[in-house]
Amino acid sequence: MNVLLDNFPEFRDGFIGTVSITAVSSVIALFLGVIIAGFRVSPVPPLRYFGTAWVTLMRNTPLTLLFLIFFFVVPEILFPGMSPFVLGSLALGFYTSSFVCEAVRSGINTVPLGQAEAARSIGMTFAQTLQIVVLPQATRTVIPPLSSIFIALTKNSAIAGAFSVAELFGWQKLMSDKGYDIVPVFIWVAIGYLVVTFTISGLFRLLERRMEVAR
Amino acid sequence: MSGVSVTKDAEGAAPAANDLVVLSNVNKHFGALHVLQDIDLTIARGEVVVVIGPSGSGKSTLCRTINRLETVDSGAISIDGKPLPQEGKELARLRADVGMVFQSFNLFAHKTVLENVMLGQVKVRKADKKAAEEKARTLLDRVGVGVQADKYPAQLSGGQQQRVAIARALAMDPKVMLFDEPTSALDPEMINEVLEVMQQLARDGMTMIVVTHEMGFARSAANRVVFMADGKIVEEATPDQFFSNPRSDRAKDFLSKILHH
Repeated sequence: MNVLLDNFPEFRDGFIGTVSITAVSSVIALFLGVIIAGFRVSPVPPLRYFGTAWVTLMRNTPLTLLFLIFFFVVPEILFPGMSPFVLGSLALGFYTSSFVCEAVRSGINTVPLGQAEAARSIGMTFAQTLQIVVLPQATRTVIPPLSSIFIALTKNSAIAGAFSVAELFGWQKLMSDKGYDIVPVFIWVAIGYLVVTFTISGLFRLLERRMEVAR
Repeated sequence: MSGVSVTKDAEGAAPAANDLVVLSNVNKHFGALHVLQDIDLTIARGEVVVVIGPSGSGKSTLCRTINRLETVDSGAISIDGKPLPQEGKELARLRADVGMVFQSFNLFAHKTVLENVMLGQVKVRKADKKAAEEKARTLLDRVGVGVQADKYPAQLSGGQQQRVAIARALAMDPKVMLFDEPTSALDPEMINEVLEVMQQLARDGMTMIVVTHEMGFARSAANRVVFMADGKIVEEATPDQFFSNPRSDRAKDFLSKILHH
């Protein structure tokens, strides 16, 4: 059990790394996901095509492949010298945005069509209709699937460890390289992840309850 | 300048300035179904036109094409001299001038009654919040639901919701109001409270296009009755003429079914 105590600074760094990459890529995924969902229901065909292409591409690519592209192709052609943390967050955020988009889109579809028609009939633009009338009413339906998506994101962040981002799963590799017994190492790693995922589901349950009261 | 009017015949030139909504040769299909067939309809400023007809005759679709909630396949629609633009900012601006009341009310479920009536003023007309609230309260009082201002739509009866919906449309100072079967989803005892508001509007000189099954309203408030069947305008007449002496067989048949029962 002294694996943890002997290597606590590394464990703490790994934990903070997991929390940071989860937080940053969650924000990216949420922001992009909502925008792309807007694209997918937009009356403008090119935006719709872009949205569909984005989801198809991001959702159907294995995450590891996406990481490989972001770490070895993107810096070559686009932004040389980006930190592994930023590249990892982008890869994970982009990937997850496709799932967020589909969850949001299914939420949009649960809002009766008449709501959007009423908004348009008083002269709101498409963006206003979505922002002011449709999305607020879609939120309640979207929260439970979003919770699962962000928990999956947390666990997917382990892949970033293989690409030299300091995070929890990377600590396991470090420890087994040092010759520690693998079982307690894995238990500590699992506990680390559980803390993050339980926090996420707790937050979402709170949100869900808050939304219920609002109606 | 005066030469222009000479070339046109007297009847064609005279109403043009006073025409608010003009549909010419409008066609629309839903798949194989030809819902609107060569529709020509002109509504003058201040006129109250009631559209009646059997279900599936295209009356609602007609109503919805006027603010382009439904697109048309061919033909032209213009409002106040301007043809309907493509989807976009310009169309949004035009829709703000065309009030619409739906069969299913469609009040914004997550906003209070007051917010429902303020929203368009603030977000579309960019009105000051305080002025918008004042106007919203005045309108809500006018349709008789001022006391309910802070409730959510779901807490109101159907009749009250529909009156709020009318207030919401009026808050935009529309040039014309479209009513798409405004009383069809209401309990019988709530129909009158909505019709009374509409009758008051008609008396105040609002231009109105009303799709309805309320023959009483058609008789008392309409300047003109448009009878539609199978996607065509079969007959246009004053209410008196239409109800006492319909010309077409289709209208006679329709009236016999609804009046003698």
